[in-house]
Amino acid sequence: MNVMDTRATSAMLYLDGVHVSFDGFHAINNLSLTLAPGEMRAIIGPNGAGKTTMMDIITGKTKPDEGTVLFDGTVDLTRLDETRIAELGIGRKFQKPTVFESQTVQDNLLLALNVDHSVRGTLFWRGSKAESERIDKVLETIRLTDARNRLAGSLSHGQKQWLEIGMLLAQDPKVLLVDEPVAGMTDVETHLTAELLKEINKNHTIMVVEHDMTFVRELGVKVTCLHEGSVLAEGSIDQVSSNERVVEVYLGR
Amino acid sequence: MTPHILTRSLDRAATAFVLLVAAVGVLIPLSNLLLPQGSMFQVPTYLVALWGKYVCYAILALSIDLIWGYCGILSLGHGAFFALGGYAMGMYLMRQIGSRGVYGNPILPDFMVFLNWDKLPWYWYGFDKFAFAALMVLVVPGLLAFCFGWLAFRSRVTGVYLSIITQAMTYALLLAFFRNDFGFGGNNGLTDFKDILGFNVQAEGTRAALFLLSCLALIIAFLICRAIVSSKLGKVLIAVRDAESRTRFLGYRVESYKLFVFTLSACMAGVAGALYVPQVGIINPSEFAPANSIEAVIWVAVGGRGTLIGAALGAVVVNYAKTFFTSGPLAPYWLFMLGALFILVTLLLPKGIVGTFNSWWESRRTTGIAADEASAAREDGISAAKMAE
Repeated sequence: MNVMDTRATSAMLYLDGVHVSFDGFHAINNLSLTLAPGEMRAIIGPNGAGKTTMMDIITGKTKPDEGTVLFDGTVDLTRLDETRIAELGIGRKFQKPTVFESQTVQDNLLLALNVDHSVRGTLFWRGSKAESERIDKVLETIRLTDARNRLAGSLSHGQKQWLEIGMLLAQDPKVLLVDEPVAGMTDVETHLTAELLKEINKNHTIMVVEHDMTFVRELGVKVTCLHEGSVLAEGSIDQVSSNERVVEVYLGR
Repeated sequence: MTPHILTRSLDRAATAFVLLVAAVGVLIPLSNLLLPQGSMFQVPTYLVALWGKYVCYAILALSIDLIWGYCGILSLGHGAFFALGGYAMGMYLMRQIGSRGVYGNPILPDFMVFLNWDKLPWYWYGFDKFAFAALMVLVVPGLLAFCFGWLAFRSRVTGVYLSIITQAMTYALLLAFFRNDFGFGGNNGLTDFKDILGFNVQAEGTRAALFLLSCLALIIAFLICRAIVSSKLGKVLIAVRDAESRTRFLGYRVESYKLFVFTLSACMAGVAGALYVPQVGIINPSEFAPANSIEAVIWVAVGGRGTLIGAALGAVVVNYAKTFFTSGPLAPYWLFMLGALFILVTLLLPKGIVGTFNSWWESRRTTGIAADEASAAREDGISAAKMAE
């Protein structure tokens, strides 16, 4: 249905000539970007540069006015809704940590597991050993094993961010979109988060939006700077941070 | 499979609730039928019917709690499903009257003869059979909820907007059922019932049996709700309630979940209405009044949203209060009291009676555990000190 005759690109995510405007405001303006399989990419840019809108487009929350958005070289994401895109294997962590506050840490991960998501499947669901082992493993990775029976709402801000990353891991998507993972974190937590993302990157393609330049530097990956809805500069952190335009609009002199 | 679901659904409070309802369901009819009239412990027949009404309201409250307390769908039109179930039962009861009506027409109910109709409208066919009517009690509210929900949830109508259109739905039905040419008895509704399954509706034995059946229906509805909320489906519903779009991004088809519980809830409300009608002896369009649906939501809020037991309890408590106050000198002020009750509960007991009790119990238990651990640690310290000696 949405599969094209031939694989249009080898990229995991492929955006070309994307436009979006809200009431005349051009949030995304001729944006083109590719993400190779297994790559981790950091996205930086001033407020209103279109970083979150770009994630909205990839996850199906916002439909672009024009342009191509391909997943895995074959799937046209602009025609699918959020649920379908999530099922395909694109997971998202929001800017503001959104966990299910009135449920336990463990249940949050259980809900995120990429098992049968149908009404029937969940009604007659019975836990399996494989599932609980996966949850244990994720809990260990995000360092929340001791907090597994606590309500997610009682976690600290940093722990909530990790829980949300853990939910992404439980979802086991092909691509992880991570929006500002270290906002509001202490230096130690920021460092641990960078380690965590590097660990996850061994098996997953990741796109991470972040303002914290120390963190981006620590990730040590290719950086794309967005400005006014299109790509301003792309390259290593050193190249991008020495780019004159980037300094002018974003980093400041 | 089944025992697994049962053991999971029946925690201590749930078991206690089921046993309590079962005991009430058996003891009240027994005391009414077996004890001599005038005895201290004899429950008079009018009270059996009154409490039977409360039990039906409790089922309606459960159905609202399932969607509001667990899935965040605030329906302000659930009375419509209750009334539709009631009308389906009322149509069966009307057809049982047969030639005993005032006009003695063996097929047509009195109001149709009065309106000079010469034959039964097609939608009344089949209602002379109990099995068909019983099926319609589930199908009519269920189908309406399914169509309504399919349109509303797919277009992502949520929150207050959804509440408003559910009000509009029940109001539209109210107006339709008021019309004589709609074919459901207009303003007067359906009444003057004689028999149900061959038994006289007025007879004490029938009333006792209806009461027992209502309690049984309450238990079954409660067990279905418990099975749902204690399954993984229940966790998904809470996730939808707390963070709908997050749930969607995890790959859950939120609208399917909402549609499932909304339809199921409407069927439960329909059953409640069907049991209500033979016990009160009438069903008329006023059951569709938007205020009725709002009142039902208040029962749930008072008892404790998202607790199931609280919903049932709230329905009984508020309705008992209603009966008590509306039969005394305070009768003209009942609506003010109801409004005040809702405001007070929202301000002082936002979790309702059962919810407040639960959190009090929880905090008592956790402090208890902490105290135990502390004393255990002290003892450990003592024994360690002794060993060091």
